[in-house]
Amino acid sequence: MSDEAQSRVNDFVVKLANVNGTGSASANSLFMKSIFRMGIPVMGKNYFPSNIQGLPTWYEVRVTRDGHTARSGNVDLMVAMNAQTYREDLAEVSPGGYLLYDSTWPRSRDLVRDDVTVLGVPLSGLCNEHFDGARARILMKNVCYVGALAALLDIDLDVIRALLEQTFASKKSLVAFNLSAIQLGYDYARENFDCPLPLRVEAMDQTAGKVMIDGNTAAALGCLYAGATVGAWYPITPSTSLMDAFKAFCHRYRVDPDTGERNFCIVQAEDELAAIGMVLGAGWNGARAFTPTSGPGISLMNEFIGFGYFAEIPAVLFDVQRVGPSTGMPTRTQQCDLLACAYASHGDTRHVLLFPSDPAECFETAVQAFDLAERLQTPVFVLSDLDIGMNDWMVPELAWDESYRPDRGKVLDAGQLEQAKEFYRYRDVDGDGICYRSLPGVHPKGAYFLRGSGHNERAEYTEDAGEYQALVDRLQRKWDTAKSMVPEPAISDSGNQLAIISLGSCDGAVREATEQLGRRGVALDYMRIKAFPFGSAVQEFIDRHERLFVVEQNRDAQLRTLLVNELEPDMTKLVPLLHYSGLPIDSRFIIEGIEAFIAKGVAA
Amino acid sequence: MSFIRKPKIVYKGQRTNALGLTRRDYEGGMSTLCAGCGHDSITTALVQAFFELDIEPHKVAKLSGIGCSSKTPAYFLDSAHGINAVHGRMPAVATGANAAARDLYYIGVSGDGDSLSIGLGQFAHAMRRNLQMLYVIENNGVYGLTKGQFSASADIGSKAKKGEVNEQRPIDPVKAALALGGSFVARAFSGDKEQLVPLLKAGIKHNGFAMIDVLSPCVTFNDHEDSTKSYAHTRQFYHPAVHADFIPPAQPIEAGGDEGGVLRVNLHDGSQLLLRKVAPDYDPHSRAGAYSYLDECEKRGEIVTGLLYIEEDRASMHEISQTAKQSLRDLEYDKLNPGAETLKALQSRYR
Repeated sequence: MSDEAQSRVNDFVVKLANVNGTGSASANSLFMKSIFRMGIPVMGKNYFPSNIQGLPTWYEVRVTRDGHTARSGNVDLMVAMNAQTYREDLAEVSPGGYLLYDSTWPRSRDLVRDDVTVLGVPLSGLCNEHFDGARARILMKNVCYVGALAALLDIDLDVIRALLEQTFASKKSLVAFNLSAIQLGYDYARENFDCPLPLRVEAMDQTAGKVMIDGNTAAALGCLYAGATVGAWYPITPSTSLMDAFKAFCHRYRVDPDTGERNFCIVQAEDELAAIGMVLGAGWNGARAFTPTSGPGISLMNEFIGFGYFAEIPAVLFDVQRVGPSTGMPTRTQQCDLLACAYASHGDTRHVLLFPSDPAECFETAVQAFDLAERLQTPVFVLSDLDIGMNDWMVPELAWDESYRPDRGKVLDAGQLEQAKEFYRYRDVDGDGICYRSLPGVHPKGAYFLRGSGHNERAEYTEDAGEYQALVDRLQRKWDTAKSMVPEPAISDSGNQLAIISLGSCDGAVREATEQLGRRGVALDYMRIKAFPFGSAVQEFIDRHERLFVVEQNRDAQLRTLLVNELEPDMTKLVPLLHYSGLPIDSRFIIEGIEAFIAKGVAA
Repeated sequence: MSFIRKPKIVYKGQRTNALGLTRRDYEGGMSTLCAGCGHDSITTALVQAFFELDIEPHKVAKLSGIGCSSKTPAYFLDSAHGINAVHGRMPAVATGANAAARDLYYIGVSGDGDSLSIGLGQFAHAMRRNLQMLYVIENNGVYGLTKGQFSASADIGSKAKKGEVNEQRPIDPVKAALALGGSFVARAFSGDKEQLVPLLKAGIKHNGFAMIDVLSPCVTFNDHEDSTKSYAHTRQFYHPAVHADFIPPAQPIEAGGDEGGVLRVNLHDGSQLLLRKVAPDYDPHSRAGAYSYLDECEKRGEIVTGLLYIEEDRASMHEISQTAKQSLRDLEYDKLNPGAETLKALQSRYR
């Protein structure tokens, strides 16, 4: 085998172009998971329309022996199942790549590329001959191309069989049905092509202890384990599956087996305004409560968020970011709500934000968010995005530390209130800006009437200038306290002059880019911001470097804006590197961006 | 300084309730509303209702939105927690609070602007959930704090203080509640405490969303001639259809006088309501009947009051959700966290 061929083993990208509503998602997931089961690291991204049936949808699978978690920017094998997008799908294939299509019907003559090998498989023809009924034929066409791919890429059929047996454990007849479709495609490919292709898989042992899970499911598990009992929400893509998952887990693990009583309360609200109101009501009353939403929901919640900040009520919001506003791009990813969340609402407000970079961190961050919200008595935002939230990522298996106990913060119980001479809801006893709170119904001494901006230390109504100013100054003190409580940035610093600052789902692409650039002689340090407010480590990292590329997925450099606004950096050092197409950022974008910047400097 | 603490005066011979508390223990801070405001009479009626029901004041959670009405929770039950939320959004806060702790009494005080304009959606959905709470709308047909604009409950032909005549149809919270499936729908007048107090008690004890629309004249902006929400107009056209007497569970029920016109309604906790019907054919269990009666009276310019509709066995939010009997906030953490082994096991499907 040539070196070139060897270099493509377990290192290539397959993109599958489908029509939505045809059942392609489960076939594509079967394809990806079978590779994962062979011990080979994979990455899967779903690009789907805001539609039920009939529009183009793509699934991208990167087989990555080095365990990269981002897109590479290449497509080595395109499975072109959608005539609507055939032309653009062909154009997207990297030189030297392959295109597999349904050859039942003739292909337009002008759809040719000299540098792409075209593989025709008569998928519809095979399925029409073999299966009865329109729906079965459509569904099996997808399973059939998985069979062809298995032959072309050398995927172990036993692994596929095991997966099908597991998927259809309760409907055994479907296993044989699906397997026959796999076999159809497999046999056709073996008989008609030189299988396997140079890009192919070879079993590895790199997925032990790993799972393929999406961020919304992982965040829902975080809520479950953190002890959240009240969830309020309004359905919105891409956050809906978070509450769906939470609900499913609660029905499984939170129902008393003897009484059937449910140890949770999920309210599907009339809108996001109500959802956040419910979360604040529950938080005020002492339950761990949360709402999953996306940018448009955050916009609607703004008034209440400010209220929560001033009244100092714990709340957890998951903002699974997407491109906004309104219709068109709601099923595409972006990191575009940083500013909207950091300063949400009217008046002087600032909010704690947490930035998980993958589903495993969604799990951990969810738990941290509840602790921080109660410790700081304020709304806390977990900013994930569609890419993390809805795609299956390969991450280390989630683990739970049994010694964990929820941090309920400074809450006085009945005994403490009984002992207390007087209760001041908003007095800064400890000097950290965080006051002691009491919960309704616990003790008459703890009672207070909670309001927005106008309250004094006893929570009495006031319009007094001095008392108001004392309140906002104390909230600032609390903000300073928060800086030392939120997660520190992840820093890899080898004393280079150049560095990257990034956050969230950019992480995989940034790490791959720094590796590759390192091999090309461009050494970069890297700081991944994990929370807002920024602690001193962020300022120090910026101070230590000469040039820092701020990599993020939005047009307006929102992270850079926050850094400039909240710290005292030399602004000229911070070079924005902005990816905002709605597709997840790829490593090539970062590599090319940094190389272009350096080349420009050299030329100048 | 805008909060005025009310001095606590103790004198001999003060009446106490079963808990040994006096009425004063159910009061709050000094009202800062205009002298003669209907809302203050409602506050007094609430104090009486909670006092007579022997409810521990701190076991009540008071909620409100924004407006004159929404200030009033500061004026009763000062040893109860209260939350003065944002405009029109009190029902959401009440829903969340109730979700967290079902063992408290919830009372929401709202106004016609707060419930029928900005908060109409939340008002409707809290009712749809049959959230267990007493929901009082202090209805004066006018925006007080912003000085005299019509509210959505202003009647056609009603004249504003500056002379403008309202031409838009009013939203009647009672009719809205009937249409939206409210399980306890009542109307009262702040000037008739005898009718209001038993209604409030029944509402507090109702297993679900108890909506009481209380006509409560605004002495400053809507009490003039040609206003249909003035004291004079309300008194003149006031038409009680059903009078409610509240009987607590412990008290023996006397068969009082003419049983013919009396309807007994059993409430969830064993207490009873005796409904004395002023209009003989009135059936407070008939949604359609209530609606058409309201329509007829409206044509005659009459304002129908009383407990106009009740459905005592409709499932409340927690019953529908099958929520644990114990308040969720009080559940032990061990009951909520499925443990490390479970987490490991459940991930087999992600491999």
